[in-house]
Amino acid sequence: MKLANQTLKYLSISVLVVIAVWSTIFYLFMLDVIHDNIDEELENQKRLIIQELASEAIVSPDLEFGINNYKVREISEQQAVKMQNVYKDTMLYMQDDDDPEPELEPVRMLTTAFEHKGLYYKLSIINSMIEESDLIKNLFYSVLILFVLLVVSIVSINKVVIQRLWSPLYRFLDQLTKFRLGKSGDKPAMDTNIQEFKDLQLAVTTLIHHNEETYEQQKQFIGNASHELQTPLAIMINKLEMMAETGGLLPEQSNTIAEVLNTAERLVRLNKSLLLLSKIENKQFLNNEDLSITQLVTHIADELEDIAAFKNIRINVGQQDELNVRLDSALANIVVSNLIRNALFHNMEGGEVNIAITENTLVVANTSAQTALDKEHVFSRFYKSDASSKGTGLGLAIVQAICNLYGFSISYHYDENQHIFKLDFRPA
Amino acid sequence: MKVLVIEDEAELREIVKDSLVKEDYIVETASDFRSALDKVSVYDYDCILLDIMLPGGSGLQVLDLLKKEGKSDNVIIISAKDSLDDKLKGLELGADDYLTKPFHIAELNARIKAVLRRKQRDGKNTLEMGNLVLDLNERSLSINGESVPLNRKEFDILNYFLLNKNRLVSKNALAEHVWGDNTDQADNLDFIYSQIKNLRKKFLAKKAEVDFEAVYGIGYKLVEK
Repeated sequence: MKLANQTLKYLSISVLVVIAVWSTIFYLFMLDVIHDNIDEELENQKRLIIQELASEAIVSPDLEFGINNYKVREISEQQAVKMQNVYKDTMLYMQDDDDPEPELEPVRMLTTAFEHKGLYYKLSIINSMIEESDLIKNLFYSVLILFVLLVVSIVSINKVVIQRLWSPLYRFLDQLTKFRLGKSGDKPAMDTNIQEFKDLQLAVTTLIHHNEETYEQQKQFIGNASHELQTPLAIMINKLEMMAETGGLLPEQSNTIAEVLNTAERLVRLNKSLLLLSKIENKQFLNNEDLSITQLVTHIADELEDIAAFKNIRINVGQQDELNVRLDSALANIVVSNLIRNALFHNMEGGEVNIAITENTLVVANTSAQTALDKEHVFSRFYKSDASSKGTGLGLAIVQAICNLYGFSISYHYDENQHIFKLDFRPA
Repeated sequence: MKVLVIEDEAELREIVKDSLVKEDYIVETASDFRSALDKVSVYDYDCILLDIMLPGGSGLQVLDLLKKEGKSDNVIIISAKDSLDDKLKGLELGADDYLTKPFHIAELNARIKAVLRRKQRDGKNTLEMGNLVLDLNERSLSINGESVPLNRKEFDILNYFLLNKNRLVSKNALAEHVWGDNTDQADNLDFIYSQIKNLRKKFLAKKAEVDFEAVYGIGYKLVEK
């Protein structure tokens, strides 16, 4: 849920509660004021009536509320002494112009007693009251209108405020979403005077800076470690080569040297591949030139012909559209060579490598004794479909790193018993 | 032939020296920037192997000095860094070649031979051994004066062996040199065996006075019979 909507939710609930409480209190106050007013009026009427009656010789009992809105009844002295002024709300039948027959309406009634020439009388005076249900109904509608008005103004104020005040945050968020460690040049930044946003920006910048440092160190570490390994590996291989040259070695000794040499060579390849990956990631190859992928494929396929023939594998270059791509020649060579070598080495006796070049893509497919590979991991570093393989497990990772560098896309699928790698040179 | 090896890593320096002595070169060594500068400014060498990272300074400074004296064309840079920048700078300063560690002894030999051949241009551009003559310009082989057809790979293989006469050429070194070095896969290198077999057949047919001697599991030596 968006911050704006969340704020709105809480605000409307609180406004609703506040208005409800307020309107109840307001209603009670109103009622009290109305009662006070009516009671004063009744009090006044009482005075006037008693004055009026005092001037008359006798008080004729008036038992119904008539035009005068009062009734008088004679009572005993004892009753009169006990009587006090009593105000109460009651109901009486009344008929308005628009009422077809009398209806019960609320009235305020004052009951009191007075003395006239030695006789005691009970006096009841009424005054019509505001209908509470009407009052409540009207109050309710006013309150509802107030509430709606308030919510509408909160929504619009919120919207304007969010657009004005929060816009730097949204732009910042957008930049952050697009930010990639080691790739994006510009760090996310926002132009704002709001302290909280400034603090956020500072925190994010510090975090990014720290991450970038770690990332750089990590990258450099791989590069440095690989470089440092080069000389010891050189000593190892050269010493073994010199030893093998001395002559007079027994076949077993020679064989052991060969095995150690091959292991050392594996280390060299691994090391070189790691260095290459680290260099690609550090963008140390960017001597881009227009290259014919078609020519490159033909050349590399030709180079590998002896190896393919020895393994009894056919390399078929099928469709050969002219495909020119702008990239570093060393990297182009590595991409094409790794793909074709991969197809060749993970093949089987009597198998095939089928290459097709279209306007935008290079497709390399190979037969293999293995079934479909794990799409998710086939381009991961050190992924080996066959644990006994003496490859570095970096060949396809390198291909992918180069594709990432140039924005090409590489995909794998398995179809009709062939492992198919498709390189699309159109920037993704 | 006088060769100077400038390399700070003692063990590597000694192996390279031993290998070069086998080729009957007179070998001198320098282990740091100071002694390297001393040697190159006093003596002339037919070939200089130069490590870039030296204690006390950069090999590129040594190269700079050599260039000023017009003697930088016989330098082979040996570096642990396969850095394009260093390579370009080195070649700009007149170095002849750039070899990245780790390298094969056979490869180093071949590169040194190339430098030395360029120094003593006598018009001929052939490699000879016994009754074999490999013409590098014509890319052709003759045994006993008779021309023997070679395909491209066979020519490259024989060329490499002739640059490493009587020396062990490991299968790895040969594969890298002839089939390119950006291999990620360590496949078995048995396909080399069939190539050697083909060459050997041609040698036998023409009664060549050389032959391949297998060093079990590791590689081959080209020796005179």
